[in-house]
Amino acid sequence: MSRDTFVLEPAVEPDGSEKPLLRIRNLDVSFTTSTGVVNAVRGANITMYRGQSLAIVGESGSGKSTTAHAIINLLPGTGKVTGGSIEFDGRELVGASEKDFVGIRGAQIGLVPQDPMTNLNPVWSIGFQIKEALRANGIATGRAADKRVAELLAEAGLPDAGRRAKQFPHEFSGGMRQRALIAIGLAARPQLLIADEPTSALDVTVQRRILDHLEGLTDELGTAVLFITHDLGLAAERAEQLVVMYRGQVVESGPSVKILSDPQHPYTQRLVAAAPSLASRRIQSAKARGVTTDEVLAVTHGDGVNPSRGELLRVEHLTKVFEIRGAGKGEKEFKAVDDVSFTMARGTTLALVGESGSGKSTVANIMLNLLQPTEGKIYFEGTDLHSLGKAAEFAFRRRVQPIFQNPYGSLDPMYSIFRTLEEPLRIHKVGDAKSREKRVRELLDMVALPQSTMRRFPNELSGGQRQRIAVARAVALAPDVIVCDEAVSALDVLVQAQILTLLNDLQAELGLTYLFITHDLAVVRQIADEVCVMQDGRIVEAATTDEVFDDPRQDYTRELLAAIPGASLDMFGAA
Amino acid sequence: MRDKLDRIDRPDQSHFFASLDDAVLDEVDVVDETAAPASLWQDAWRNLRRRPIFWVSAVLILSAVVLAALPGLFTKTDPMFCELTRSLDLPEPGHPFGFDKQGCDIFARTVYGARASVVVGVLTTIFVALLGSIVGAIAGFYGRWFDSLLSRITDIFFAIPLVLAAIVVMQIFKQYRGILTVVMVLAVFGWPQIARITRGAVMSVKNSDFVTAAKSLGASRFATLVRHVMPNALAPIIVTATVSLGSFIVVEATLSFLGIGLPPDKLVSWGADIAKASRSLRDQPSILFYPSGALALTVLGFIMMGDAVRDALDPKARKR
Repeated sequence: MSRDTFVLEPAVEPDGSEKPLLRIRNLDVSFTTSTGVVNAVRGANITMYRGQSLAIVGESGSGKSTTAHAIINLLPGTGKVTGGSIEFDGRELVGASEKDFVGIRGAQIGLVPQDPMTNLNPVWSIGFQIKEALRANGIATGRAADKRVAELLAEAGLPDAGRRAKQFPHEFSGGMRQRALIAIGLAARPQLLIADEPTSALDVTVQRRILDHLEGLTDELGTAVLFITHDLGLAAERAEQLVVMYRGQVVESGPSVKILSDPQHPYTQRLVAAAPSLASRRIQSAKARGVTTDEVLAVTHGDGVNPSRGELLRVEHLTKVFEIRGAGKGEKEFKAVDDVSFTMARGTTLALVGESGSGKSTVANIMLNLLQPTEGKIYFEGTDLHSLGKAAEFAFRRRVQPIFQNPYGSLDPMYSIFRTLEEPLRIHKVGDAKSREKRVRELLDMVALPQSTMRRFPNELSGGQRQRIAVARAVALAPDVIVCDEAVSALDVLVQAQILTLLNDLQAELGLTYLFITHDLAVVRQIADEVCVMQDGRIVEAATTDEVFDDPRQDYTRELLAAIPGASLDMFGAA
Repeated sequence: MRDKLDRIDRPDQSHFFASLDDAVLDEVDVVDETAAPASLWQDAWRNLRRRPIFWVSAVLILSAVVLAALPGLFTKTDPMFCELTRSLDLPEPGHPFGFDKQGCDIFARTVYGARASVVVGVLTTIFVALLGSIVGAIAGFYGRWFDSLLSRITDIFFAIPLVLAAIVVMQIFKQYRGILTVVMVLAVFGWPQIARITRGAVMSVKNSDFVTAAKSLGASRFATLVRHVMPNALAPIIVTATVSLGSFIVVEATLSFLGIGLPPDKLVSWGADIAKASRSLRDQPSILFYPSGALALTVLGFIMMGDAVRDALDPKARKR
């Protein structure tokens, strides 16, 4: 297959300089809602050249996706470009007809959408869906198309492409689906590929492999790539140019290296400071920040608040086997957790790291006594958890509390914040109505929310605020252990940093012990004292955080570390 | 990695940053304290208030309820007082709808007919909602063999056509005909739909993180069901109940039309009046219009209310 047809002569401006592929000038986009007009993008300027990679970075609601969708006229709902210009390859796209866009989408500008789980039609085979892209752009039909489909899938990094093309989306893993979507996006050899959070739903190691592959492929084809991402580390690693958006405005743009090393706008500075992939050390608690440097250094790890660092919890040979319903002979059992042992010292944080399916959440549920282990024991202050009687189990509930991942699911939408925070006190019959209200106010102060929040309902709060309520509920009964199951994974970077700091401060203040379950090693470095790396239900490496980051023993751990976006940016790496 | 340094100084790509003057950064994630606090129910009510369909159906339902409660306010004529001498007389002052074949006042019968319909509809819905949601909640929440057993029983009852079953049973209890009998018969055969809806809603709520959180706080299973799961599963139950209230009114009218519903010598029913009117349809078709119109408007009222409530409670199903 000849690729040289795709290498384009650089178009030249009248003054002799190279002509940009995409030039966005003073772009305004607005949405009409029942409460009025919302200006989602205000006066955005973005310039991209052929073969270049550029990333738009911002938190949710910053207008980054809206800008990208405006380019290909796929704004959702009432969205409309209300001003400015989008010039693509010398053509003005603002005001172009839908017919023009049909010719441009796919053929000139490809799109790799965000969620690989919902962006493939489950009733058609993968091959059919790629063929559709070829046919729609008039590239190939019939047998030639079948051949091209196999080539494209192979090119996207799927082995045995001929057979794979006949399979359906449910037979593909998330990573494979994303590869198929990349094949579709690049099927017509567009000059520009828009990748909207292309890997945010995937495991870190898969994410890294796919991005590496995409980078190689687009380099080879000379395709310009426009990344949209919330992850500053990923953006800086994958793109030459960065555009930082905040509340619909471009607040900073320029070469990635320059922006990272010398951020000028306060928002960018905030982002750079908060990006977990770039940070390299454990967050210090407010208490520890007040302490002199010598004392901080004297403590080996953590903040060393609780002097009695005795063992609080010991997990021995934990195994959990699930029966698979409807499975064939010999495959009826699935070992989710396989001989897991660890101990937790009072006042410290143990991180359980692993990719999806590694069994880390199952361990959490067993720790919370919500699930019975098949084998193994958990000793809490020396007593076996699963031998507890009813009354003792009820008492145990006070001492171990969870915080969950999804801030939108962990609070009862029918309960006011007051009722949510009062519930633990009421269940355990703590105090009278008056003292409970006082405690609720205290809890809100503790998580830095105004006391008036207690009259509100979860649907009025943002994700980060809800997560703070979840933290307050967890500490309401003054527990010893808090199990954080991906507690910050669903949050924007800045909010994430805020919650991590809060958790850390509470640990220092209340002497809490955390079991921190996460897929994100970058977060581990910020909060954990010790790390257990899990793979396929087993702990493959267990050591202190510093040891794991400085001297990983296992290949798998090394792979996980290398997959942290921004890990290869040595400018911040070892600081 | 790409070589990032080779061509960074192209036009328009140098380091740009927005002016620091208008860079007003908010605190990260502050609570908006200006808006008034609102629960989901208050939200739904605000949403409902803005819908014309809600007001139209509310007026229809309210009129039916007022007619049912205080028929004496609207007519002084006794609907059971019929004089054959007035058979098929045309409307006249004091008798705005005229007289039927037996010489009964049609206006009075239409007004008094509301009571049977509304009482049967409301009572049946209450019983059906109680029975259906208890069965559905137990099946959905406790699962395992509870679920298998209760779901099969629900399926069996679901397979029996409501009208057919009611005809058969009412035939057996001929001598006990009355409002309560009709209500009981409809309730016994009408609950499976609510049970199914409740089971589905409970199953989707019971795996929420907030339910797990309540469990890890030490709340008992039953307390979790009553305090967290049911309140969150209530919306679809209310919607289905409102819509089926209309259909129970229709079934009562059907039974009375067939002569096996309410006893015609004791109670006025629109269904029975429609049956009578159909016999004199050729002489005076307008007689049919009044009871059937009243029936249609009442049923329409409840079905539209169900629609409006569903849209208000479930923002996802809302029409754009």
